[in-house]
Amino acid sequence: MHVNKNSGGMGLDVSQLQELSRKCRLSIVEMVHKAGAGHPGGSLSAIDLIVGLYGTRLRIDLTNPDWTDRDRFIMSKGHASPAMYSILHQVGFLDYDDLMGFRTLGSVCQGHIDMKWTRGVDFSAGSLGMGLSFGLGCALAARMDGSVREIWVMLGDGEMQEGQVWEAAMAANYHSVGNLKVMIDRNRIQNDDFLEVQMEVGDIAAKLLSFGWVVREIDGHSMSEIVDALQWAAGINDGPCAIIAHTVKGKGVSYMENNPSFHGKAPTDDEFVIAMEELK
Amino acid sequence: MTAPSSGGASRDGYGEGLLRLAEDSRVVVLEADLGKSTKSCHFRTQNPDRAISLGIAEQNMMLVAAGMASSGKIPFASTFAIFTERAFEQVRNGIARAGLTVHICGSHGGIHTGTDGSSAQSIEDLAIYRTVPGMTVLHPCDDLSAEELTVQLLGHSGPSYMRTARNKTPRIYDEESVAEISIGKGSIIREGSDVCILSCGVMVSESLAAADDLNSDGISAAVVDMHTLKPIDSGLIDRFASQCGCIVTVEDHSIIGGLGSAVAEHLSGGLPVPIEMVGVNDQFGESGSPEELMSKLGLCSKDIQNAAHEAIRRK
Repeated sequence: MHVNKNSGGMGLDVSQLQELSRKCRLSIVEMVHKAGAGHPGGSLSAIDLIVGLYGTRLRIDLTNPDWTDRDRFIMSKGHASPAMYSILHQVGFLDYDDLMGFRTLGSVCQGHIDMKWTRGVDFSAGSLGMGLSFGLGCALAARMDGSVREIWVMLGDGEMQEGQVWEAAMAANYHSVGNLKVMIDRNRIQNDDFLEVQMEVGDIAAKLLSFGWVVREIDGHSMSEIVDALQWAAGINDGPCAIIAHTVKGKGVSYMENNPSFHGKAPTDDEFVIAMEELK
Repeated sequence: MTAPSSGGASRDGYGEGLLRLAEDSRVVVLEADLGKSTKSCHFRTQNPDRAISLGIAEQNMMLVAAGMASSGKIPFASTFAIFTERAFEQVRNGIARAGLTVHICGSHGGIHTGTDGSSAQSIEDLAIYRTVPGMTVLHPCDDLSAEELTVQLLGHSGPSYMRTARNKTPRIYDEESVAEISIGKGSIIREGSDVCILSCGVMVSESLAAADDLNSDGISAAVVDMHTLKPIDSGLIDRFASQCGCIVTVEDHSIIGGLGSAVAEHLSGGLPVPIEMVGVNDQFGESGSPEELMSKLGLCSKDIQNAAHEAIRRK
């Protein structure tokens, strides 16, 4: 894959992005199956957004992952690490063997994403609710530097039960960070069960609007809507904005879809075969 | 009661140190509403573009600091010591685990804080930050040393926690002697041969007073300012354990996990000389003047002297 350092993204059209998503989904299921553990559900719900971001916008330098002026992607829902590793594999930061080492001793693919272990990872996640604050710090620093770099943060909807997210949402508006852009993976399922059973976060759009944000709601599996929304978000420069992407947990694998039990469970060997067939 | 907030409390030294760091454009200051108290307010006044107000939201402040550190800034984030504890997991997971250089300052540490009462009197902060891998833990004893250590943090890699005190205590250093101190090295304030008092923070002046009285009783007591609790100056501890044959540790902090524990952890592996720990004995404080509270909780010169006699007796 070729990433354009200056203009951002890989110059892919919608059908090419869809194909990239399919490849990433295969990797997600394969690495979780190989590890016998991990979080396939939230990886499969988030991957279309991530592919859209890397495929059309993110300015990174494959030869210099620490390039100061790169855009940042802060994956706050860090347990969905297979999604992150699958795109890093596609852009060239990780090879296939790296993916197959997921969750094993010494692997660059740690259980939860970790900036100290993996090239191309901008944030050490795993404890929910912290990524928006980190992104705000990156955004403030970029503004001080007079840099054009954009800071993209992905949050899970369950994660928004953490109070720190709302501390950060308030501060981001107060500081008018126009370079901070958030994608919310609204898949409606958390570890134990559906959000509406555990703790419904309610109307996220209304909540963020009342915090002074601008928001847009989309189908998080429609690549054309994703591409449009990313472009919309990139054009907002006077304050923080959020794309609330309505998604399906486990999207792409029939028995995982909308199934809370695949939040953090690997498929069996038989289930793996079915998934590979469905994702062909 | 309002104690004088200028001219001697270690928090004033922190504020002065930040001003000296301001010429480095990477330095940013993060506040959670308590800038007037922590003394980061002076930096804010002079450098408003590099002072970030985050409101009463310490968890967010710690990760904003982490994000800025990852982007090439050198953040100094301060609030009351007790409220940094609210964000402990953020410090652990968001800052230290990621190996980011963020300097946290917790002011108003310890019982000495006084009349606000037990909700504000952190007596466990040094212990909890000492447990975090890679974290440097500092607790200076006066304004001059706090200023010097703050300035030294500019060249320090990795996260740090510095506890400062609300109230003024007698200066231990002067302009000349403070230039000798260094992160990671205990500072010998007085030599001695019968007992060594390892002390930190507001208790250093109390330890010197105790050493004076012990001297009147014919006991030669060394006093060391252990302004760095982590990494602990193990070489210096060994030297005094060998030289004096017993140790007294003194801190305005729980005896669980602080300076006394750090010293005991080290000596138990090599020179297990008698150690007596003067500190808060696993209890919460209450409202009162610093003097009243230190007396009630056993943190006075007399308590240090008693501990010294006991340590010597146990040799």
